[in-house]
Amino acid sequence: MSIDISQFLNTFYEESFEGLDIMESELLALNVGEADTEVINTIFRAAHSIKGGSGTFGLNAVADYTHVMETLLDEMRAGQREVTQLAVDILLRSVDVLRSMLLSLKDNEDLDHETIATTHSELEKLLNGEATTDQANSSVTNISTDSVSGKIEDVSGWTIVFKPNVDMLQTGNDPVRIIRELETLGSITVEAHTDQLPEFELIDPEQSYLSWTIKIAGNVAEEDIKECFEWVEDECELTIVANHKNSTVAAPILEEAVVHDEKIQDDRRQDDRRQVERRTSSKTAAKKPAESSSIRVNIDKVDDLINMVGELVITQSMLSQIGGVENFDAVALERLNDGLVQLEQHTRELQESVMRIRMMPISFAFQRFPRLVHDLSTQLEKQIELKMSGEATELDKTVMEKIGDPLVHLVRNSLDHGIEMPEIRAENGKDATGTIELNAFHQGGNIVIEIKDDGAGLNHERILSKAISSGIVKEDDNLTDDQINDLIFAPGFSTADVVTDVSGRGVGMDVVRRNIRALGGTVEVKSEKGVGSVFTIRLPLTLAILDGQLIRVGSETYIVPLISIIESLQVNPEMLNSVTGTADVYKLRDDYIPIVKLYDIFGIESDTTDISEGLLVVVENEGRKIAICVDELLGQQQVVIKSLETNLKQISGLSGATILGNGTVALILDINGVMTLYHDVMKSSVLQDKYGKYIAA
Amino acid sequence: MAKILAVDDSASMRQMVSFTLKSAGFDVIEASDGMEALNKAKDSKFDLVISDVNMPNMDGLTLVGELRKLGNFKFIPILLLTTESSAEKKQQGKAAGATGWIVKPFNPDQLLKTVNKVLG
Repeated sequence: MSIDISQFLNTFYEESFEGLDIMESELLALNVGEADTEVINTIFRAAHSIKGGSGTFGLNAVADYTHVMETLLDEMRAGQREVTQLAVDILLRSVDVLRSMLLSLKDNEDLDHETIATTHSELEKLLNGEATTDQANSSVTNISTDSVSGKIEDVSGWTIVFKPNVDMLQTGNDPVRIIRELETLGSITVEAHTDQLPEFELIDPEQSYLSWTIKIAGNVAEEDIKECFEWVEDECELTIVANHKNSTVAAPILEEAVVHDEKIQDDRRQDDRRQVERRTSSKTAAKKPAESSSIRVNIDKVDDLINMVGELVITQSMLSQIGGVENFDAVALERLNDGLVQLEQHTRELQESVMRIRMMPISFAFQRFPRLVHDLSTQLEKQIELKMSGEATELDKTVMEKIGDPLVHLVRNSLDHGIEMPEIRAENGKDATGTIELNAFHQGGNIVIEIKDDGAGLNHERILSKAISSGIVKEDDNLTDDQINDLIFAPGFSTADVVTDVSGRGVGMDVVRRNIRALGGTVEVKSEKGVGSVFTIRLPLTLAILDGQLIRVGSETYIVPLISIIESLQVNPEMLNSVTGTADVYKLRDDYIPIVKLYDIFGIESDTTDISEGLLVVVENEGRKIAICVDELLGQQQVVIKSLETNLKQISGLSGATILGNGTVALILDINGVMTLYHDVMKSSVLQDKYGKYIAA
Repeated sequence: MAKILAVDDSASMRQMVSFTLKSAGFDVIEASDGMEALNKAKDSKFDLVISDVNMPNMDGLTLVGELRKLGNFKFIPILLLTTESSAEKKQQGKAAGATGWIVKPFNPDQLLKTVNKVLG
């Protein structure tokens, strides 16, 4: 029977990547010199699993590579080898190499043979520094290969004397099984010896008293016979004699095992070659996305879901019962209402349960940081301690996958630019070891991630002078501290004196902000000179559902994300200021807020063009406010976001669409986009200088 | 139909073993470590146990020892999945009471051949 095991490859890749993550974090947790055996054991187990799986799934390059790591770890585990910093570093590098090997194999790409060979030889060197068993083995191999191959020829048959130890049965080995197996090799005659059999009353059924002489005819290889006895060789007396004048005693078992080893190695090398060939030929195949498409879900969440569906079915049957009532009276009406209330509750719970399935703890995004901080602080010769909290905070899987890179950038930035060199810290009376904190928590409908350092803080003078020289702001612009901090997110802004490997290539914070905005989130920085900086990222819990305020302009219904609405108000004409008939602003307490007329920017018809007859919805995005003029506020509801790009194209000012309860389609406003649209309209206007700063970046 | 308990902490290996055996008509129960396997073994009878060696919570060697203490498992064949490098492990496995081993890497055919050999 031929069974296709490639269907389990994806599971293998997933668990291998998890295993590598475990290896990495545990390696970082190892105390050099006095390593915890349990920690080494965990690392060993992960390597061992990857090795076993990769061999089974035919990924022999990975299996060979992991084999060396495993041997090294096994010696550490057994206390035969000291855990040195060098060993940890090489193992960490090997983890990286292994990860990239698996990624390449997964995506059908070529392996980076050079890097693999380099770290492989590093591992070998480390291994051979003390242990020399490998070399001893290989010398045995050569001898045994010759001696065995000479023997197999011209044998006419074998005589086997097999006497199990009394307790052989207790390891689950059945002599009959072994004899039956011998029968598959050639025709056999079996003679049982019952001389050791005690009186019937004295027989212990758990013990073995019989022995056998088995004659097997034909040109049978000795190894094949030994293989039948492989599991019991220590639990029996066994002699295998060739029925031939020249050959006598069996070769030592060890030799045979080694030969077997070498054969496997040879096969593997050939397999590897074949794999490389195959891979090169399929190189043109389309690249798959790196994000994993499957998701691991805690069984509790699935149980919740099943439970909820059960409740829903009960409610449904209750409702259909009411529907079947002949005389629909007040009592039935009341029951109908109850049922509908219940249905609404169940639907909401069901929705929440389904959403929870997509939620993963943020530790998935955090787990790479101990390594990153370890490596970078060594490279930069800084002393840095990383503290993480709130790792269990859950986040939508898609958001998680996309927030990784911005987070890495921010942490690198704090390491590189934030934390000072130890000498400088000491001079300023700070602890020589700097601290970077990663915190995650829920706040309202958002996930908040903070990256906090106790470094030098942002240098306002330098930021300002850089921004002025790059033309981002003007010299006479009067900016608050927060506005100056915000300049680091401006496109093309980088103050690093020397562009380092770590960060500061000039593409940076603006990309970070753009990526976070693409997730519907925000990022801001607070900083105090000499004390440190805090970057705060706010992300929506999910990308699929939005709490929205339905608004109407003319015959169109739009949805404004509830999260960006500050307040909605009736227009007080006294507070309305029209500036030369083009730009309208509304005075709300101490603020002048630009009024955006959707009918203008989207080119639709509204009930009225007189602002004082409409309503204003004041929305905020990253500190900027606008008032959207609408005809009517409809209601608030959760909407499922449908992408526009799938069917149409991206339209500025709109982030998506949804289908309302009555079946009509409503467009979802992208507040940031609406502001940009409005800004573009204003740009062409001479008024920009005077009022534009309320909306300008 | 023979009933087999397949124990491995690696999901891919476990699925592969389980799928192969089920395709051959065996009844397979899975466990992801020694502890889980032992609990499942206490609840039910098996004709064969196939277990990985290195696992969290309870490793394969301990599992074999514990199973042999249960009346039902005294003579049941127990096979360990080992890598070819660990000749020492094979001996430890035997000492713990294992029937034999299947050397990793193995393919479905090799697995079935061994299982059929043991179950007759």
